Amino acid sequence: MTRFLVNHSPALLLVAVLIGFSIGSPRFLTPQNAVNLLTQGASATILAAGMTWVLVTSGVDLSAGSLMFLVAAACGKMLQSDVEPLMAAVAAAAIGPLCGVAHGMLIAYAGASPFIVTLASLFLLRGAGLWFSRTRAMNLPEAFSRWGAEKLLGVPLPVWVAGVVVLVLYWLQTHTAFGRQCYAVGYDPAAARKAGVHVRAALMKTYALSGACAAIAALTALTQLGAVSPTFGKDREFDAIAAAVLGGASLFGGRGNVFPGAVIGAMTVASVFNGLNVMNANPYVYPLITAAVVFLAMLFDGLRRRQLVQSARTMRWNVEGAR
Amino acid sequence: MNPLLECRKIRKAFAGVRVLKDVDLQLASGQVLGLVGENGAGKSTMMNILGGVLPADDGAMLLSGTPYAPRNPAQAAAAGVRIVHQELNLFPNLSVAENLFLDRIPRAPWGIRRTTLSNQSREILRQVNLDRDPWTPVAQLSTGERQLVEIAKALGAGAKLIVFDEPTTSLTQPEAARLFAIIDNLRGRGLGVIYISHQLDDVLRLANDVLVLRDGVRQACGPAQAFTIPLLIQQMIGRELDHVFPERRAAIGEEIVLQLRNVSRRGVVDDVSLEVRSGEILGIAGMMGAGRSELARLAFGLDPLDAGTVQLGGDMLAVPTPARTVKKGVALITEDRRDDGLLLNASVDDNMLLASWRDHACAGWLRRRAAKRAAAAMADSLKIGGALDRPVVQLSGGNQQKAIFARWLLRKPRCLILDEPTRGVDVGAKDEIYRLIRRLTDAGTAILLISSEIEELLGLADRVAVMRAGRMVGEFARAEFDRERVLACALGQEALA
Repeated sequence: MTRFLVNHSPALLLVAVLIGFSIGSPRFLTPQNAVNLLTQGASATILAAGMTWVLVTSGVDLSAGSLMFLVAAACGKMLQSDVEPLMAAVAAAAIGPLCGVAHGMLIAYAGASPFIVTLASLFLLRGAGLWFSRTRAMNLPEAFSRWGAEKLLGVPLPVWVAGVVVLVLYWLQTHTAFGRQCYAVGYDPAAARKAGVHVRAALMKTYALSGACAAIAALTALTQLGAVSPTFGKDREFDAIAAAVLGGASLFGGRGNVFPGAVIGAMTVASVFNGLNVMNANPYVYPLITAAVVFLAMLFDGLRRRQLVQSARTMRWNVEGAR
Repeated sequence: MNPLLECRKIRKAFAGVRVLKDVDLQLASGQVLGLVGENGAGKSTMMNILGGVLPADDGAMLLSGTPYAPRNPAQAAAAGVRIVHQELNLFPNLSVAENLFLDRIPRAPWGIRRTTLSNQSREILRQVNLDRDPWTPVAQLSTGERQLVEIAKALGAGAKLIVFDEPTTSLTQPEAARLFAIIDNLRGRGLGVIYISHQLDDVLRLANDVLVLRDGVRQACGPAQAFTIPLLIQQMIGRELDHVFPERRAAIGEEIVLQLRNVSRRGVVDDVSLEVRSGEILGIAGMMGAGRSELARLAFGLDPLDAGTVQLGGDMLAVPTPARTVKKGVALITEDRRDDGLLLNASVDDNMLLASWRDHACAGWLRRRAAKRAAAAMADSLKIGGALDRPVVQLSGGNQQKAIFARWLLRKPRCLILDEPTRGVDVGAKDEIYRLIRRLTDAGTAILLISSEIEELLGLADRVAVMRAGRMVGEFARAEFDRERVLACALGQEALA
C-alpha cells in the first residue's frame, strides 16, 4: 500500500491538487481555465523536461532561469533592431545549447561539479543579460507577441511547442541508447564507464539539451508576456527542479522520466499557482505554498530513495581485500 | 593439451606485505577449479589480478596460450575473462535487456532496435535458464536472478573464463541449486570456471580440481576426489606463528563493561548475546560476511537495533547512538581507516585530538597548546615519527592505524571495539599494535576484537566467540583454544572438529 502510494505519488498529488482547487473555487474547473492552465504551464513543462534529464544523470542545472533571461534579452534586442521575428527567435534560441555545451565541457571534461558550474552560470548569464539590455524593460513588437495567442486546431501555440518538446525528449529518453545510458551514468558513473558507456559524451549532450530547453521555454514565455523585464526567468530553475522531483526524478540521479513524470510535476506546480490566482489568494501566501511544494517534493524523493536503497542493498560494489 | 589459463609464479605485495608468493595456477577448458583458503590467504588478490583490477608484481599469465596482462577490467572482459562478484555490478534502475547490452545497444535511425534487443536478450537469458521478460527492471529481481543476469552478461560478451567469488552467500537453497546446474552447463560448453567459496562441500561437489591457498602460497592442488572437507581444513590453516604476543600483566576485572543481550538486526545479525569485562579481550572469529563487523556497528550504535539491548557499565541504552556510546567511554576502530576514521587531509595531531578536544577545554576555551602537547607526547609513546602537522594521508598504513589508536587512547576509553585492527599494516607495526592492545587491557579497558586472523585472536583474546550467518555459533575459553576447531566452527563443520 505504502509502496503503491510512493510509486504513484506524482499522479495522485496532481489529482489531489485539481480536486482541492475545484472544491475551493467554482471558476477553477472550467474549459477556459483548463486552456489557461495548459498555456501558462507550457514553458514550465519544457523547463522541467530539460531539468529532469539533467537530474537523471545525477547533475543539476541552476542556470536555467538566467539562461532564459539571456535568451529573452538577446531576442528582445534583435526585435528592437527590426530583425525579422522568426530570425530573431531562431538566433536567440541558439544561445541555449551553446551555453549548455559550455557547461557540459566544464562538467564532463574539466571534472567540475554541476552545482558549482551552473551556480556560477546563474550569476554570469543574468549579468550578461542585464548588461546587454541596459537593465531596462523592453516591449516587444506585436508581430512577435501575437504568436502567444495564436491557435492551431483550437490549441494555443505554446501548448503545441511544449507538446513537441516533450515528445522529442520522451523519444530520446526511452528509444535511444543515449537516453538509456544516461540512467546508468546517473546511477553510478564509474560503473557505467566500466560497462563501456561514453560518460563524457552523455553528459555533454545532457547539458546541451537542458540549455536548448531553457531557450525554448524562454521564447514560449516571451510570446505570452510580450515584454522582457529584468526579472524575467528569475528563480524558474527552482520551480523546474521542484516540478521534476514532484514528477519522480531523484536529486541523487538514475531516476525520473520526461513523460509522464516531468509533465505531471510541472502541471502540479502550474495548477497550484493558477488555483491560488483563481481563488484570489493573498499574494503573501504564494511563497509559503511554494515552500510547501518544494518540501513535499523533497519528502517524496527521500521516501523513494529509501525504497531504492533497500532494493540495492545487496548490490554494493566492494572488493574484499583490494586495498 | 593447451590449458585455457596458466598462471606462473604470480607475486603481489601491498606496502611490503607479500600476499601472493609465486602462485601457479592451471585451468583447462571445460573444467571448474575450486579456490579455497582462509580470509586473507590471497584468494581475492588472485581474482583481482585475473580480472584486471590489480596488476601482478611479477609472474606471467597465459590465456589460451597467448600472454595475458589486463590493465583494467575492460581489457580483461575483452580478452574473455569475467568476474561475477559477490556484490553484483548491475544498474537496478534499468531493465534486464539494457543491463545486458548497455555498451552495445543495437541502434537504428529511429532509435533502439527494440525487437532485436528483446530477441538477443531472450536468447542469452535462455542460456542461464532465466525466464523473465527482458524489459523487467533489475530492481524487481531477486538476488539469485540478478546473479543470473550477471552471468548472462558475461556470456553475451563472449566470456571464455568466468570467476565466481562467493556466489552463494546471499542465495536461497533452490537458487544455489540452480546456479550449480548452470555452472555444470557452462563447463559442458567448454568454458573455464574458477569457483571461490567458503562452502567447502559446494566446492568439492562442483570442482574438477581444487587449489588451496595459505598465506599467499599454493598449499595444495589436486583433483577434487583426492580431498575431503577435514583434509581441506587442515591444508587451509597452520600458518607459521611469526608474532610473539605480549603477556597479560593485570588480571581481568570484575565489572562487566559491555553487555549485549539478544541483539538482532534483520538480515545481518541474529539474536547475539555477549559480555566483556574490564581488562578482558573477547575475540570474534568468523568468515567474511558472518556479521562480525555489523555486530560491532550495532554495539557502537552506528546502525539501529531491530531487537535486543546494549548495556554499558551497568547502564542500559534504550537507543544506542555513537554520541551516547562515546560518552560512556566506547570507541570503535574499523578496518576501513580511510572511510570511517581518519580525516585524510587534516594534520596528524588534529586527527589524534578529534575525539578529545573537550578534555582540553577550560570553561569552553580551548587550550590548543596543551592539547598539541598531549598529542605530541602520545605520538612519541606510540613511535609515530615525523612532523605532526603534515596531513595524515602521508603516513604509512601502520602509522595511520596508530594515529587512530592515539585518538582513542587520549580519550582513555573503557571499552574499545576493534574491527580488523591489523589489516594492511606491516609486520613491525602489527607487533606494536599488539603491545598497544595489551597496554590498554592492563589499564582496565575492555576490548572486543574482531579479526580474520585466527592466530591474532588466539594470541590475544581471553575468550573467542565464533559467528556464522549472523549467529553466535560457538565460544572457546583460552584453555580450549585450537585453530582447527575454531575454523571448523566458523565454516559450519563442528562435527568434524
